[in-house]
Amino acid sequence: MRLWLALQQWWSGEAVLLWTDALLFLLLMALVAAYVHVRRDEPLRRSWRRVLGSAPAMASAIVLSVYILVALLDSLHFRPLQPAGESGERYEAGVLSVLDAALTPERTHTERSYSRPMAIRALEMTTVMDPDGLSRQEYPRLKYGGSHLQDPAQRGADLLAASARALAQAVLTTLLAWAAISGVLARRHGLSWRIAASGIPGRAGAVPWRTIMMTLLVLVSLGCLCAELGPRYHLLGTDKVGNDVLFQSLKGVRTSVVIGTLTTLLTLPLAIAFGVAAGYFRGPVDDAVQYLYTTLDSIPDVLLIAAMVLVMQAYMAGHAEGFSSVQQRADLRLVLLCAVLGITRWTGLCRLLRGETLKLREQDYVHAAQALGAGHLRILGHQILPNVMHLVLITVVMQFSGLVLAEAVLSYIGIGVDPGMHSWGNMINSARLELAREPAVWWSLTAALAFMLVLVLAANLFADAVRDAFDPRATRRSEEAGR
Amino acid sequence: MTAYIVRRCLYAVPILVGVNLVTFWLFFFVNTPDDMARLALGAKHVTPEMVAGWKQQHGYDRPLLFNSAVRGTGKLTETLFYRKSLRLFLLDFGSSDGGRDIGHDIAQRMGPSLAIAVPTLLVALAVEVGIALLIVMFRGSYIDLFALLICIVLMSISLLFYVIGGQYLIGKVWRLAPISGFGDGVDAWRFVALPVFIGVLGGVGAGVRVYRTYFLEEEGRDFIRTARAKGLTDGVVLFRHVLGNAMIPVLTGLVVVLPSLFLGSLIMESFFGIPGLGSYTIEAIQNQDFAIVRAMVFLGSLLYVLGLLLTDISYTLVDPRVRLG
Amino acid sequence: MRSTNIIAVLILAASDVAAAPWNNPYPAADATADVYYDSFEERPKHLDPARSYAENEGQFIGQVYEPPLQYHYLRRPYELVPLTVREVPTPIYQGADGRELPEDAPVGRIARTVYRFRLKAGIRFQPHPALARDSQGGFLYHALAHADLAAVHTLADLPVSGTRELVAADYVYQIKRLADPAVASPIAGLMFEHIVGLREYAERLRRLRTAARASGGFLDLRAHDLEGARVIDRYAWEITIKGKYPQFLYWQAMTFFAPMPWEADRFHAQAGLAERNVTLDWFPIGTGPFMLAENNPNRRMVLVRNPNFRGERYPADGEMEDGPAGLLADAGKPMPFVDRAVYSLETESIPRWSKFLQGYYDVSGIPSDSFDQAVQYTTAGLTLTEEMRRRGIRLLTAVSASTSYVGFNMLDPVVGGDGERARKLRRAIAIAADTEEYISIFRNGRGVASQGPIPPGLFGAREGEASINPYVYTWVNGQPQRRPLEEARRLLAEAGYPGGRDPATGRALVLHFDTSASGPDFRSTLDWWRKQFDKLGIQLIVRDSDFNRFQDKLARGNAEIFQFGWNADYPDPENFLFLLTGSQGKVRHAGENAANYSNPDFDRLFEQMRHMDNGPGRQRIIDSMVEIARRDGPWLWGFHPTGYTLMHSWYSNAKPNLMARNTLKYVRVDPVLRAVRRSQWNAPVWQPVAWFAAFLVAGLLAAIRVYRRRQRATAL
Repeated sequence: MRLWLALQQWWSGEAVLLWTDALLFLLLMALVAAYVHVRRDEPLRRSWRRVLGSAPAMASAIVLSVYILVALLDSLHFRPLQPAGESGERYEAGVLSVLDAALTPERTHTERSYSRPMAIRALEMTTVMDPDGLSRQEYPRLKYGGSHLQDPAQRGADLLAASARALAQAVLTTLLAWAAISGVLARRHGLSWRIAASGIPGRAGAVPWRTIMMTLLVLVSLGCLCAELGPRYHLLGTDKVGNDVLFQSLKGVRTSVVIGTLTTLLTLPLAIAFGVAAGYFRGPVDDAVQYLYTTLDSIPDVLLIAAMVLVMQAYMAGHAEGFSSVQQRADLRLVLLCAVLGITRWTGLCRLLRGETLKLREQDYVHAAQALGAGHLRILGHQILPNVMHLVLITVVMQFSGLVLAEAVLSYIGIGVDPGMHSWGNMINSARLELAREPAVWWSLTAALAFMLVLVLAANLFADAVRDAFDPRATRRSEEAGR
Repeated sequence: MTAYIVRRCLYAVPILVGVNLVTFWLFFFVNTPDDMARLALGAKHVTPEMVAGWKQQHGYDRPLLFNSAVRGTGKLTETLFYRKSLRLFLLDFGSSDGGRDIGHDIAQRMGPSLAIAVPTLLVALAVEVGIALLIVMFRGSYIDLFALLICIVLMSISLLFYVIGGQYLIGKVWRLAPISGFGDGVDAWRFVALPVFIGVLGGVGAGVRVYRTYFLEEEGRDFIRTARAKGLTDGVVLFRHVLGNAMIPVLTGLVVVLPSLFLGSLIMESFFGIPGLGSYTIEAIQNQDFAIVRAMVFLGSLLYVLGLLLTDISYTLVDPRVRLG
Repeated sequence: MRSTNIIAVLILAASDVAAAPWNNPYPAADATADVYYDSFEERPKHLDPARSYAENEGQFIGQVYEPPLQYHYLRRPYELVPLTVREVPTPIYQGADGRELPEDAPVGRIARTVYRFRLKAGIRFQPHPALARDSQGGFLYHALAHADLAAVHTLADLPVSGTRELVAADYVYQIKRLADPAVASPIAGLMFEHIVGLREYAERLRRLRTAARASGGFLDLRAHDLEGARVIDRYAWEITIKGKYPQFLYWQAMTFFAPMPWEADRFHAQAGLAERNVTLDWFPIGTGPFMLAENNPNRRMVLVRNPNFRGERYPADGEMEDGPAGLLADAGKPMPFVDRAVYSLETESIPRWSKFLQGYYDVSGIPSDSFDQAVQYTTAGLTLTEEMRRRGIRLLTAVSASTSYVGFNMLDPVVGGDGERARKLRRAIAIAADTEEYISIFRNGRGVASQGPIPPGLFGAREGEASINPYVYTWVNGQPQRRPLEEARRLLAEAGYPGGRDPATGRALVLHFDTSASGPDFRSTLDWWRKQFDKLGIQLIVRDSDFNRFQDKLARGNAEIFQFGWNADYPDPENFLFLLTGSQGKVRHAGENAANYSNPDFDRLFEQMRHMDNGPGRQRIIDSMVEIARRDGPWLWGFHPTGYTLMHSWYSNAKPNLMARNTLKYVRVDPVLRAVRRSQWNAPVWQPVAWFAAFLVAGLLAAIRVYRRRQRATAL
């Protein structure tokens, strides 16, 4: 519902396109194109069907798509319409994303300082002036968290009721989805709806419907819980300056997805072209490529990144007028960070591909193709590239998680994303000292770690399934086992 | 073979030249000596004359690439490029912007770095190979799946968290080891234990996963099936054949990191107050001591190139299929 | 030895475990040694008294080098007392004709002021190789050959050391060093303004050095006389300064004016030593109670008792409450009280705090994030928590003589300038930025919101209703209260930015906040600042950069709103008010006025105030200066931090002294009590290890069982 309103606001507002937005949507289009390609190509389709046939991969895929959806919603930026009657301006001054608009109560309900998850009182005592002029120490009620409650004792009951409502909604939604999917399936396979519906919970066909439904149920429940409790409580508490941790964690999704995908996007063409060419042609080509990547690679990553971030900051300080808003600045820094990370990262894959190609070109079928007089491009495209693609895929997903983790470390040294940007790395970094507090503040750290963990876990599981499906040797193994 | 090695050694020279040029560009064009002077002189009361004086004292008062003020070869040698960058090739690191002899510092700090890095590497290798073998023993079962899941969970946790958590629990709550610091001689082991433990813990997820893949790959080969068909037990097959063959990629993978052990671990050393090269680098970055960063970049590159050389040689030694192209 | 100690020794002897807790970061042999343990956060850059200007360096060289004067340890307000001289010199004023003027002569007639110092006899330098002589009386190490240097990496590699008596010439030698371009003293520029002939002297040295084609090297400064600093006889010297500058005596308590034996300069100038890090900037030589024995900034710095120290006595008097507080228990006893002081490198606040709680550091500040663990507010006010009191920890507080402020760059077209528009904009921001909230969130209430440039407690700061800044605060119920946000919004609208919208662009006004801050707390701080400007509808772009780029921005005037601070050099309002004078403007004069604020009235009053002695007249002028600054609002004012120090029960003679650096000699520790406490607090917890081992064994057993079963299954 809130999402719908937010999208309406976006539609009526003035669209703002940041660099990362553009790149993300470009990536999305590339994915759609890839999808179309896979649909046409029968062997690829078979492999992908195998990926989606595995239950963990399917669950991961759903989780990943939720993350990506959040990132995309957070990439639709706009300036909302100004309420009529104020000055002559048509649009408001600040830039929002659809996600910001959808999470408006969480975004704007900032407390003074720390509060525990779902708390109604602050974590720390403050001095309160009594009407009679005496000062006294107490844990003050929060400005927003649980402010609808007259009596603090009602909190438990209120939370329970809201959770029950959320769960009921979730079950209902999932049941509806189940019914709808059954309907579609029944239509497609010409079965009766009853049979299709009863087939879904079981393991009917190649698609693990049961897993899909369970994943959906969990995700929808979490979503409903946030929607139900979010506006009234700080579901995951607040941080040092009173910002909602849930909101920050959700905002962090986009940063991670951007770093994980855009860096790789920059990496891929370079790494593939150079790696394969070096391994295949050897000789001077190999020497040149090796020189390039060894030189870059032999500079320790952290130092190279640190040096480049300095350059970047100098550039941005010199061209301050180009970035009129906070978002634009942070965004550009993010793009540049991706570029810098990309420069230090492509070499790994490049070396891997070179090594693999070196091995492949000694294989019989390559010799055979050469003997048959096939051109270099043909061999590269038909014999070599398909046989190294699994490496590319695996590296891409492994790098995805690695990059998400690297961001935290870079922030620790102070050369990560813009400190004003919402990112899990920044959250973990500021939470470093919070754990040592007394009483310990664990929720920021836990929230960021949990969000990160789920994303990285899903990415890794998905990567494994992809590898199993695409690695020819693994396939051979499983076929042998099946015999 | 010898010719190959010689060729590879010569090959390292242009790489180091490339590194040298890149660093020179970053550290002299992007950050000018004026910036360095201002930082080195401290916050209070810095005047342009003092900046000039500092530059003179540290030898930064020369032109970057070409000195038209002197005659002969001095035109090229009396420049910052020659003085500050090319000299690195002679392992003459010069003195830091703070006035310290970098070569001496590096020599002193290498020990503590190795004291952390070598045990971490060895213990991690033993633990990871051990666990990976155990898992492979149960391949395809729920134990395998569960262990894999744990690995993935472990590797999706930030190293920072392990360090913070480990220091908090083991050092503070359980009081089993000093929270940070370093000792002399035999006394050092008390300080080394905690960082090594945490370093191993932080890498175990990814390591086990990788080794498991290696072992599974070997395990799927024909000769293993033959061995098994001969009636050898699973354990014997695993230890004798799978481990034996998989050690080739494992060990060659280690060779490349061997030289860089000298550089230490940035995060571990700075968190645990270990006076090694890693914390040296972090401090240099934070203090913006460009001379040290320059030296470390060069040293890092040098060691890395050495590692690559060793890897290539070991590859050709263990896998005759790779030709010396 | 007190009776408690005897019991403690018995306890210690009775338990073997007590000797060495597992987590002891120090050698077990030192367990009961008379050592003071502390830490340092960053490696000191300079240990040369002519160059060092940072707090973390003063911690070390303050114990080694002895300037002529020092601050009385106990008396407040801060008072200068003799350290190596017989008495605090009285200024002798001279007219333009060189004739002596009476003490109350008008400032305009005073052309020069002369300070005569008379040294105590019998003070000797610490043992040092530079002073070592051979049997013929020549210097042993002043002509080291290249071969001799091969094994030398620190001073300790030169086995023989010598000493000699401190003489007046050593003080004069150091003053000359301040002018030496090769030394690059940070106060050279400042002292050029005061010491007669120093600027010309520097120019002369520069020429000499260029002629000798050497930027370093030994230049015997004894051969070149300086007009403003002259040796009178073996034990007396005089310094002549231009005009009247009463604050000059404060400089005489700083290590810049500590004595330097020429032999040390000569020794370190030898070729080959500097390349081995054996420099004067790294190995101090002094007459103080301690000498730097181990100098390894990567790990620890160790000060040990100087065997040649003359045995200065602990002060016999102090403030009223010092006696009952036990601060006079050692009155008249020869100092120092500890044999060694070990400073370990500790870059992270968490480990540092944990080690303090474990008893491995004797004193500690309170990290912001552990504040609630250490201190709580009760009806009785601020007290230590139960946990701290159980450990016998004590608390000391002091408002430090420093200010942390947020400045506006007055040269900036938006926030700067003298117009009413900019003034209202600045005032609106000053009201909206809730400093009290900042102090309470980020400093746990450890600080006082500033009402002007002068920290409370210093001469010139007012109290009560007169103290408040009326442009930002109102006085309600005997408390300053921040003006309401509505007023800030109204001021902003009057300034031409209704609702924070910039009429020029039609969008939100964008301001830039420059800071060099970093660290984990940094992001929350920036978030907080953004929130403050958000209240007014102003967008804040935070430009964080490393410290030298930040300095660069300030120097070029590229900053807009910036965060900065100032620690007092000496307890005088002049040291704060000069931060706002036009002649100190950072962009135009490379001075310390980072806001580039310039108001002729203010500058005129400053010139008048700086020569005056403290009194009602000076107070009146200061009041009007502060009023001008408040009205123009070049700063957002910020706060004056309060220092909190925690000490263990075995640590005594602690009293915060914000001016003095040479405080280690007063410190007394009770090592036996410390050893007992340490072993009580640090018994290792083995349970988790046992659990872990049990878990491992169980897992292994289970694995073996499953393996066996599988083997049987496949065998079938």
